[in-house]
This record gives sequence, C-alpha cells and structure tokens, in this order.
Amino acid sequence: MARAALLGRLTWQLANVVELVEETARVRSIVLDPPAWPGHRAGQHVDVRLTAEDGYQAQRSYSIASAPEDGYLMLTVERLEDGEVSPYLADELRPGDELELRGPVGGYFVWEESLGGPLLLVAGGSGVVPLRAMLCHHRAVESIVPVRLLYSARSLEEVVYRDELMRMAAADQIDIRFTLTREQPEGWQGYGRRIDRELLDEVSWPPGEHPLVYVCGPTGFVEATANALVELGHEPARIRTERFGPTGG
Amino acid sequence: MNALDGNAIAGSLLDVFGAEMTTATGVCGSCGTSAPVAEFEVYLRAPGAVARCRSCRSVLMVLVTIRGLTCVDLRGLAALGLAPTSGG
Ligand SMILES: Cc1cc2nc3c(=O)[nH]c(=O)nc-3n(C[C@H](O)[C@H](O)[C@H](O)COP(=O)(O)OP(=O)(O)OC[C@H]3O[C@@H](n4cnc5c(N)ncnc54)[C@H](O)[C@@H]3O)c2cc1C
Ligand SMILES: [Zn+2]
Repeated sequence: MARAALLGRLTWQLANVVELVEETARVRSIVLDPPAWPGHRAGQHVDVRLTAEDGYQAQRSYSIASAPEDGYLMLTVERLEDGEVSPYLADELRPGDELELRGPVGGYFVWEESLGGPLLLVAGGSGVVPLRAMLCHHRAVESIVPVRLLYSARSLEEVVYRDELMRMAAADQIDIRFTLTREQPEGWQGYGRRIDRELLDEVSWPPGEHPLVYVCGPTGFVEATANALVELGHEPARIRTERFGPTGG
Repeated sequence: MNALDGNAIAGSLLDVFGAEMTTATGVCGSCGTSAPVAEFEVYLRAPGAVARCRSCRSVLMVLVTIRGLTCVDLRGLAALGLAPTSGG
C-alpha cells in the first residue's frame, strides 16, 4: 500500500483565490483558479488542507459548486462558529490568497446527463452545494431530463443561491421547492416543516417512475430522508447519499 | 450522528489506489453485505479514518495517514471489486 501511495497521482496544489461571494450571513463562495485542473464531474469534491505556522495541518472536504462547463472552480462554505477550518474559509480568506487543495475526487455522488432521470435532488442546508453543480450542468448541456429539487433551510435568509435557484426554476424541466423549517416569511407559499415521509411523497416522482435520487446534507438529515424514501418504495440502489457531518440545520 | 460516509475518504483512497474507489463494491467479511464504498459508514479520526459495514457495523477498512503517506488496512473486507457498481 505504501508503495502505491508514492505514485502520488493525486497531488496537492495551491489555488489562487480569485473572488469571494457572500451567499448568506453564514455562507460564502470561494472562486479559485487552480494551476492544474483536470476538469470535474458535477457532484465531486476537493480536499482542502490548512497548515499553521507550526506545521499543524487540518484537512476537510468541500463539494464543488461550479459546473464542469464553468471556466473556474467554486466552493461554498458554511461557517460553523466553533469550527477549526470553516471560519477561516468563510471569514478570513481574501482574494489573492492561496488555498491548498487536491482533487477532484469522488465518483459516486455524481450526476451527468447520460445517467438520465427523472432526477430528484434533496438538500439540507449546505448540502445544496453539489446539487447546484448538477443543476448548472443540467442547464449548461440543455438537458431534457426532468429535475425536482427539494431544499430544506431554516429560513429564507439561509437559502444559499436563492436568486439563482429562482431563475433556474423558470426552465420547463426544473421544479424547485423550498421548505423553511424555523421561520417562514409572511405569506410564504412553500413548505414550512422538516422533510418527512409525507412531504417526500408529495414532492418526489412516484417510485414507479424509477427516479434517480441524490440526497446531501447533515448526516441525520440524509439518513432520515433516505430511509423515508425507501419506505415509500424507492429503490435503494437509485438513492445516492452524501453526508456532510453532524447537524445544525 | 457524527458518522460520515465513504465519499469523505474518496481523496485518501484515490491517493493510495491511484483509482476512484468509492464506486467500487465492498463485501463485508462478517455478514456478507455488499455495498458501494461510498455507502460505508465512515468516522474520521486523526490520523485517519475507520469505515464500517452499515448492516453489522463491523470494521471494513482502517486508513492511517502519517506525514502525508496513507496506508489502508482492508482486513474486514471479503472482497473489494474495482469494477464500478451498476446503477447505484
Ligand atoms: C464529502 C464532503 C463534502 C462536504 N462539502 C461541504 C461543502 O460543500 N460546504 C460546507 O460548508 N461543508 C462541507 N462539508 C463539511 C466540511 O468538510 C467540514 O466538516 C465543515 O466545514 C466543518 O469543518 P470545521 O473544521 O469548521 O469544523 P470542525 O472543527 O470539524 O467541527 C466543529 C464543530 O462543528 C461540528 N460539525 C462538524 N461538521 C459539521 C457540519 N457539517 N454541520 C454542523 N456541525 C458540524 C463538530 O461536531 C464540532 O462540534 C463536506 C463534508 C464532506 C465529507
Ligand atoms: Zn457486515
């Protein structure tokens, strides 16, 4: 095994921070320009590594938010107050800084047009990040695969990519539904509760249509959603999941 | 709910095997359940990670990274198929 590692096909590289975009009060997108980028597939992620002056290193995974067709690499990071890595990425990083990363990695939580659909995307909080890449890819290739995104956030202010998602929803093939679990604005027409079996039953394609499902978000959210989908009769082998870790939202 | 899944170790596995491994199918040596590596239950714990079977919780893989070099112990797996899983 050690010998294989020495082949080092996956190498760390320093990417230049080109631009930072405030998405919500707690979430920021980082546009990067890695010197050697082989291209990626929608849904893949990168590993990011921070090194302190004393040599201490911390490594985390971040999904790629940009589509393969975009000419840049974008990550979107939610700040966790007591976190080791995310506050640095979401608050301290500045344009012109360099960020060490390796990737793209992952091949399971990936959607490309050839996989077809109908497609059901279910996001909890920052779990929307890789699903955004899939939606942007869908738009870039003008796919006719029908897509539904069900996105759970605490409040409308916490919906990441809000305006962009609203614009995408104008496409005939794309149907986007929000559920706001803590706070709903006055006159809110969307859902206002946590995702459960009934809500999934209402929003998802019938199991008989064999939808391809991608679920991403906090671990508890992903497990509850995937279990409910299986209970509703969806094929476990057509439900792909990606867990981001312990939950807030 | 601290567990992640096999997606979280995609980078380390690619580093070691020189190939994308999360779509590979692993067969649990204890209960025989087969699943894509991406669906394994994974706990990240410095300096590495532990992957368990979702059905019987047996340890399937142990990863250790020291000074940038990752080693993987596959002793809990009866088989690890390099061919991608079909359909999911
Ligand atoms: C494959 C993969 C893709 C990911 N993609 C993204 C992404 O696109 N954007 C993004 O923001 N994050 C993403 N994550 C999560 C990310 O890797 C980090 O876990 C997260 O940024 C927290 O790191 P930290 O160092 O700030 O917190 P840590 O120092 O690791 O943890 C600080 C505290 O927060 C808790 N905590 C840890 N992780 C989370 C979490 N996800 N939610 C709530 N509480 C948590 C811990 O239990 C601890 O109490 C992804 C994770 C994986 C495995
Ligand atoms: Zn088992």
